[in-house]
Amino acid sequence: MSENQEVSQNRWGHLRKVLERPGPFSHPEFEPSSDILDFIMSTCKVLVIGAGGLGCELIKDLALMGFKQLHVIDMDIIELSNLNRQFLFRHKDIGLSKAEVAAAFINKKVKGCQVTPHYCKIQDYDETFYKQFHIVVCGLDSIVARRWINGMLISLLNYEDNALDQTSIIPMIDGGTEGFKGHARVILPGISACIDCTLDLYPPQVTYPLCTIANTPRLPEHCIEYVKIIQWPKENPWGIAIDGDDPQHITWIYEKSLERALQFNITGVTYRLVQGVVKNIIPAVASTNAVIAAVCATEVFKLATSCCVPLNNYLVFNDVDGIYTYTFESEKKDNCLACSLIPQNLPVEDPSKMKLKDLIELFCESTSYQMKSPGLTTYINGKNKTLYISTIKSIEERTRENLTKSLIELGLQNGSEILVTDLTSPNTLTVRLKFVNNHIET
Amino acid sequence: MIKLFSLKQQKKDGESSPKANNQKKASAAQLRITKDINELNLPKTCNTEFPDPDDLLTFKLIICPDEGFYRTGRFVFSFKVGPNYPHEPPKVKCETQVYHPNIDQQGNVCLNILREDWKPVLTINSIVYGLQYLFLEPNPEDPLNKEAAEVLTTNRRLFEQNVQKAMRGGYVGGTYFDRCLK
Ligand SMILES: [Zn+2]
Repeated sequence: MSENQEVSQNRWGHLRKVLERPGPFSHPEFEPSSDILDFIMSTCKVLVIGAGGLGCELIKDLALMGFKQLHVIDMDIIELSNLNRQFLFRHKDIGLSKAEVAAAFINKKVKGCQVTPHYCKIQDYDETFYKQFHIVVCGLDSIVARRWINGMLISLLNYEDNALDQTSIIPMIDGGTEGFKGHARVILPGISACIDCTLDLYPPQVTYPLCTIANTPRLPEHCIEYVKIIQWPKENPWGIAIDGDDPQHITWIYEKSLERALQFNITGVTYRLVQGVVKNIIPAVASTNAVIAAVCATEVFKLATSCCVPLNNYLVFNDVDGIYTYTFESEKKDNCLACSLIPQNLPVEDPSKMKLKDLIELFCESTSYQMKSPGLTTYINGKNKTLYISTIKSIEERTRENLTKSLIELGLQNGSEILVTDLTSPNTLTVRLKFVNNHIET
Repeated sequence: MIKLFSLKQQKKDGESSPKANNQKKASAAQLRITKDINELNLPKTCNTEFPDPDDLLTFKLIICPDEGFYRTGRFVFSFKVGPNYPHEPPKVKCETQVYHPNIDQQGNVCLNILREDWKPVLTINSIVYGLQYLFLEPNPEDPLNKEAAEVLTTNRRLFEQNVQKAMRGGYVGGTYFDRCLK
């Protein structure tokens, strides 16, 4: 035991220097203690989303920093082209789950570390899964996935009388790289700018004007896009949508693109380029991933331990030409549809008596709302439901019958959230139904 | 400045069994399109058609221009809003065959804000106005239908006749157009 302790003292000596004494960059409320290391090693649960280029770095960094309760989630399998930078994988692993292989590798190499893999989509889990984590760190290349987890963490926030319950906050560290460029950011859901607050900061997909593609192509990419957008739907060689992983499809597009390039005297169409354009591949650079993952892992450590003030809140990194980094505070948007919709409780006396039109009347006549023609939608059993929208004729006609239905008949429950938009306000209002006679709850 | 965790704070243990489709909240794309749809302020020449009122992501826009070359015509556009809206623009196709320099026979529309100039601050309303403008001012500089563009630049009268012919239903050049008068 004492020998073990000694080994542990040595092994984590560098962390102890930071955690057991104060420093000039300490968080104002930081209390140095040996308990902090215990917290990291035995209690703090961190979820790593993505086990690709960034993910491999992140899991390795966190495991070597003493985090033992790691989970990793990724729906992808290992491909040959991953192996140059996704260093937790070997040739024999091709075709296996990234999450599972990464977890097994770390568990074998880092003593005491327990990485739990999840070979699935993030959307396959609900809030009971995400609630268990102290911190979520993302190494994703998809904006859809980022926005989804962002929305999930925001939905876990608890508000008591409009005040945010800080224990319900699960911080999200988001890393991203594109070639020699990268970013890292710290998001405290409900407190600082979220993914949707700053959607403009994520670069849009490269697109070319349609008329250039159609008439005045100059680049090999223009020829490939032409075949992809115009020629494929027209000739539809297999009667299905393009599958970027089907070599037959890529070959067809490659050949047609070559023909078109020849016609316009354009050089540079290659099979690889076709693959890249069709699948929207941006070449990954291992060193950029390493830097961004290191920044992210440091932020996880800072948040978990409070030993230092966290990044506030957005770092950009670029090593195309020398090294450039810059940090700024991205601003939370007051009308952000993801993080500014704080649900307002609405007490309902008798939901089997209250009709939808009574609710709308309330929004129009109550002095606290004073709306003109509110549109109401809700979300029931994972599906959007339009309750009533008066401003669109075709929707109005088909939702009019809802007006005379009671809240119960509409499938609304105690706790159901209704989104209300009205031209009197740029913001969407979220109303959470509170059935006063709780026994009516279905 | 907040300090997030008191030490030893244990999180509730999560259940690890996948439970799909049990979300309580609409996605960010859904929230945004709901807002866009509610705030649609259509010019009197435009109308929308939602086949399923619960699905605000799929709808049609009908434009009946009241001036210009295309007055008396009726043109249907399909809108498909994806899960990455508004980071990515909706996919818009013209379902009516139209003799137009900026719209091809497959229904592709050359409108900058549908592709390279799209920005998340733009809305469905911006696209509606952009499409309406295409019918008022067809742009021969950025052609998708090269022949139509050429006729428009060289012989506006002939262009007008061709548009009329196409809208009544019939051949213009080698291409057949379905009737689309309102
Ligand atoms: Zn936000």
